[in-house]
Parts: sequence; C-alpha cells; structure tokens
Amino acid sequence: MHCETLQQPPREYYGLLGLERRLNLSNQELQQRFYDLTRRLHPDRFMRSSERERQYSLDGSSLLNDAYRTLRDPVKRAMYVLGQEGFEVGEQRSKDVPPELLEEVFELNMALEEIRTGDDSVRGQLEKAEHNFTNLLSEVDGQLEGLFSQYDEGRSRDTLTQIRAALNRRKYIQNLVDEVHKTLSPSS
Amino acid sequence: MEIDFGGGERVIGIDLGTTNSLAAYMDLTGPKIIPGADGDKLVPSVVSIQPTGAVVVGNAARELLITQPERSVYSVKRLMGRGLEDVQEELKLFPFRLAPGSESVLQLQLGDRTYTPPEISALVLKQLKENAENYFGETVKKAVITVPAYFNDAQRQATKDAGRIAGLEVLRLVNEPTAASLAYGLDKRETGIVAVYDLGGGTFDISILKLHDGIFEVLATNGDTHLGGDDIDNLLLRIALEDVQSEWGQDLSGDSEGVQRLRRAVIQAKERLSFVPFTNIELSYRGKQYQRELQRELFDKLITPIVDRTLGPCRACIKDAGVSVEQIDEVVMVGGSTRIPLVRSAVENLFRAVPHTELNPDEVVALGAAVQAGILSGAVQDKLLLDVTPLSLGIETMGGLVSKLIHRNSTIPASATESFTTAVDGQRNVLIHVVQGERELVKDCRSLARFDLKDIDPMPAGLARIEVRFLIDANGILNVTARDLRAGREQSVEVKPSYGLTDEQVEKMIQESFEKAEQDLSERQAREARVEADTILAAVEKARRHDAFFELSDEERAAIDKATNELLLVYHADDHHLIRNKIEQLNEATTKLAENRMNTAVRGALKGTKI
Repeated sequence: MHCETLQQPPREYYGLLGLERRLNLSNQELQQRFYDLTRRLHPDRFMRSSERERQYSLDGSSLLNDAYRTLRDPVKRAMYVLGQEGFEVGEQRSKDVPPELLEEVFELNMALEEIRTGDDSVRGQLEKAEHNFTNLLSEVDGQLEGLFSQYDEGRSRDTLTQIRAALNRRKYIQNLVDEVHKTLSPSS
Repeated sequence: MEIDFGGGERVIGIDLGTTNSLAAYMDLTGPKIIPGADGDKLVPSVVSIQPTGAVVVGNAARELLITQPERSVYSVKRLMGRGLEDVQEELKLFPFRLAPGSESVLQLQLGDRTYTPPEISALVLKQLKENAENYFGETVKKAVITVPAYFNDAQRQATKDAGRIAGLEVLRLVNEPTAASLAYGLDKRETGIVAVYDLGGGTFDISILKLHDGIFEVLATNGDTHLGGDDIDNLLLRIALEDVQSEWGQDLSGDSEGVQRLRRAVIQAKERLSFVPFTNIELSYRGKQYQRELQRELFDKLITPIVDRTLGPCRACIKDAGVSVEQIDEVVMVGGSTRIPLVRSAVENLFRAVPHTELNPDEVVALGAAVQAGILSGAVQDKLLLDVTPLSLGIETMGGLVSKLIHRNSTIPASATESFTTAVDGQRNVLIHVVQGERELVKDCRSLARFDLKDIDPMPAGLARIEVRFLIDANGILNVTARDLRAGREQSVEVKPSYGLTDEQVEKMIQESFEKAEQDLSERQAREARVEADTILAAVEKARRHDAFFELSDEERAAIDKATNELLLVYHADDHHLIRNKIEQLNEATTKLAENRMNTAVRGALKGTKI
C-alpha cells in the first residue's frame, strides 16, 4: 500500500534523479538512483490510486525513463547539458567537415564511390580507413573525458564550447565509420 | 487460503495464445492455473458458432473444427490488429473466410454470421472469464492479458479491445516472455542477465532482461509475430496433402473436413516426435487410409529453415541489449514449440548454455500474468517489471521520410514532445501521421494512426504553436495529447487508427455483446417456461378424460378452459414471465381437479382392497 501521495516530480533530469549536474557520472550510482525512484514512481504501484496520482505516476516514470536513457550515455548526457546551458545542438553542425580531416575524407569518398561502382580493388584502402577512423573515434572519446572533468571542476562556458566542437567531430567521424561499415558489409 | 486483496476485486492473469489460452490466479503459495469446466487447463483458442448463434469455445470447438469447418475458426491471433493487405500470406495457409467489407476492418465469416478478430478473441476470453467465475464462485471483472513482446500498437490495441468486448477491464497488457521470467522465479538470484526464448503457436519473441534485486529490466526485445508451430504444421500438411494426392489420386485440399483431419494428424505426429525418434502420420477418412512414417532426422531437416528464422532476431536482440553471449547467465524456454529437440539444440548452440525447461512451456506465461496481476493489486510488493517498446515510433515528415521520436527498446512508459505549426494562413487543422518501424521511409514502416489537430485559431502561417506529446504507456500503447501553446489550452485531437476498430465500434460491440447475452438468457428462460407449459398442458388434457373432471362444477370447468386457452395464446411469447404467469393461473384453476383426482384415486384404491 502507498501511504505517501505522489507530487508532480521535477522535470530537469539531474534534479529528478537527485544528482548534481556533472558530466562524469558513475553509472552504478545512476542505476541505483533510477531503480530506487522507479520502484516508487512506476504506474504498477498506483493502479488503485486516484486518477490524478495515476497521471503523475505515468508522467513521472516516463520522464524518469527518458532521464535515465539520456544520462547513462555520455554523448547524450553532454548534449543534454549543452541544451540546458542554452547551446544550439542541431543535426546540421555535424555535416560540416572538420578542416583537419578534409583531405582524408575526400579520399575516402572517392574510394567509397569506386567500390559502389564495382571496383573491389579499393576494399583494402577502405578497411584501413575504417580502422583509422575508429581509432580517431576513441581519441575523441578520450578528449571528451578530459573535457568532462574540466567542466565538472570549472563549469566554464569555454569548456562547453570545446565539448560541443568535440561532439560534432565525433558525430561526423561516427557517420563516416557507419557508412564505410555499411558499404563493406551491406548485410549487417 | 487465498490472498485478501484489501477489498479490491480479484485480478486474473490470462495468456491469450494462438493455439491455446489459459487463465491463472495468485494465491499465498504462488501462481496457479484455473482449470476449465472439463478439467483441462488449456482452452484451445478455437471458436465455433452454431446455427442457433450458440458459441462453442475450446476443446468442443476443436472437434467442431473438423465436422463443421465452415462455422469454426482457429489461430485468429494471427489476424489481430492487421489489415487486408497484411494477411494475404495468412489467407493462403489458413482457412480464414473473409466476409465482404473486410477492407477497413477484417470480418470473418462463420456460418451466416460475421465477426472481427477482436470479437473472436473476446469469445475465448469470455470462456476463460466464465471458467474463473465458476472456479471462484464470484464474478471476475479485471484481468492482465499477455501479448507477444513484438506486437505492434495496433495488435496490442486489438487485444485490449477484445478484453473490453469480453466484459473485462484490462488492467495491463504484459509481454509474454517478460511474464514468463516472472513465473520462473529467476529473481532468486540477486543479479544477472537472462534471455527468454518464446516460440509459440504463431509468434516468436526473444527478450533479454537484467535482474536486479526484484527489478526485471528488459534490455532489448525482438521477434516475429508470424512465426511459430503453425508454420511447422502447415509445412507438414503441405507434404501430407501431396502424399495423399499421389496415393489416392485425389486432391484433398478443397475438402475442409479432410484438410482439418489431416492437419490434426500431422500435429499429433509432430508432438510425438519431440519424444520418440520416429512416428507415423495416419489418416483414415471416407474409407481410405493414409500412413507415412516420419523420422525425426527428416523432420529436423524440414523445419531447419523455420528454426533458423528465430536466430536472426536473437542475434539482433543480443546486440541491442549491449551484452555478449558470455554475459548471459540463464536462458529460459517458453511456448509449446520449445519442446522440439531441434529448437532446444539451436538455442543451446547460440547461447552456449543449457536452457531452462523445468516449467511447463504452455503454462509459464499465464502463471507470470498472474504474478503481474498480483503486483498490480498490491499483493506482490517485491517485484517490478520494466519493459520496453519493441518498435521505434516516428512521424511522417516532408518527402515521405520518418522522423523517429521514440526509439525501439526504450523503457516504457516513454514519451517525446514535438512542436507543430501551420503552413498556410488561416489553416485550422494539422494532420500528423504516426508510424511504427525501423526503416527510414514511411512506406516501409507501418502506419499506426493519423492524428488530426482540429479547430486551431485562424492566424498567419507559422504562428500557431501546438505542442504534441507522444506517450507510450506501460501497455506499449500510444497516447497522444496536444496543447495550443499560444492559447494556453488543450488542443483537441481526433484519432484515426490505420488498422483496427475505432472507440465507437468497440463501444457498439460491447453493447451488442451485452444485448446478445441478455437475449440468449431470455431465450433460454422462455424455452424452459415452454417446457413447463407442455407438462401442465399434457396433464390437464389427460385429466379431461378422467371421472374427476366431470365431478367439477360448470364454472370450474369453464375456468380451466379459459386458463388453458390463455396459456396457449402466450405459449410462443419471448417473455418467460408471461408464460409462467399463465402456467400459474392454470395451476390455480386446476387445484380442485387435482383434489378430486386424488380423492377418486384413493376411492379406487379402497375399492381395490375390498375385492
């Protein structure tokens, strides 16, 4: 039985989960908070409560699920914080080629074009490119981790700007890797 | 001893299966199956409609499926929430007879009546409800019903509609594999990763769950809502029909009764092959015999393509769950088709673990539904299910593209908010097309519904701001609400489902089913009254020839004539009260006659002793 009445929960993800707004999060702590809250908020617990409480429970647990889904993924988490801090986090930005990758991307696109027209001789080149870009991805992830710590300590907007740039770069590289992967093994 | 649900009403758990359905309840020792009137736990999901309109469900209907195939239907779950273009393959393999007017909602022809798939399912549910009511000796109004995890929104909605038509408040739809995990008591282990492989009569599901201190969190699910034991039956049936054709020189496929008899024979052979290495498919029909030995080796070879179709979804599910095969601690088998040795070995190979088969694979889902019923009624406090939506939800954008709002495998309830505006000055409506599926083009996804935002205040294009909230509830069903942000009020939304019944249609069916039930009851009562009338009329007729009749006064005889005539006048009335009323009057009018007869009988008896 539920003796406590359910109030409308806060809508901000960190606040809802009772966490300080930090970009480096312990997944274990996050999961424990999520389980504790979901045990209290889930609609299963309010089947025999008032209509209004049932509605709060439905709203609250859908929000909680959204929050958990967002915060447990470092990239989504960072995007969320950027959005909360008033940064534009649109899709378009990831389409701009990072200048330092210009040459490599140009060559990659040529090779992709060739393999699509049936020239299999570039396969080796593409496999190498996939490998390179995957390494680059881990490199960006390393950078992000450092930037996350930097933000958690200093909370500076400068750091957030750098994070946004790194995220865009990451997204761009991820798209490249996906495309090469799809072209090389279309079935998976 | 049963659990006191704190003054609340009893909630039963129902597994509404393709082949069999069953109900269960929770008592203090755990979930229990509710047996039917015939003592069987399984109620075959077969419905037969008699010419009188009487409904036959379960084992009896399975017999009628053979002798009256045109009035009977099975595997109707395959048609739930589907449109005419979806079921073309089904129509080739199953003897579904669609009635005209099936373009908008499928209509099945059974004898001279038509039923939608939810109405047929409702008849199965009603039978389970009745079984439970007879078992408990009280009315049952609330239920948890299970659905395949991979069911889409329309299929879930159709199942919920079936419950409502059957007079049940469906407190929750639970995914079958998830329900099974509840029944297995897997939470005895503190934490772990569990895979549930559920191959039933017509559907296949794979779900991967994380267990943590009583929380059953589904990480990912996948499946095929048109894959199961039915497909094996159809495969064997096709082979047997070819055999019969070559041996008897006769194509049996046009003979519904012959096909159903042969179908039963192949199913029995299939079932035996799970326990013996070889068996016979045997049919004796209209003086002819067919017999064919089937070895498990050949059987395995035949069904390998079907079993292999389950492996792709398994691999995708493992990937989506973000786990490796090694991390999966347990594998649980659910559904009758997991008795097949080849299925077991395929699962064992893929997951590199011996799967759990301790619980009866036919019962485990219903048992789990009963546990969930216990959770909802508050009787079970230490468990909680967190399920996911199996398919991504999106809206149609420019150029027939899909913009995804809620991704598949998101924990439910899940929501997304999107803003809409007008494109033309003075525009009053905005139409939102919602689809379900993983593909990028609208035409490759499944249309769910169109939501019409109506009565928008006229204003220049692009000024209106309507915020639409898409919420997938704990049943996996979409709810849409909208707010006009400029006017600061709720925006009205009209839902036009792409498949299935509108709310009004369901309401009408509920109404009709009540009326039908009342009509059925009053017809029966009138019939019973007529039987009584027959008895008294015959007795009076006989008494008229008796001495005692002539001992009555003229008035008394006239009163009997009058009462007799009045009873004959109302004899065919529908109202049993009327008939009973006249029976009562005739009874009174003949009281004296009865006394006189008694006296003469006594006198006769006394005379007899004197002789």
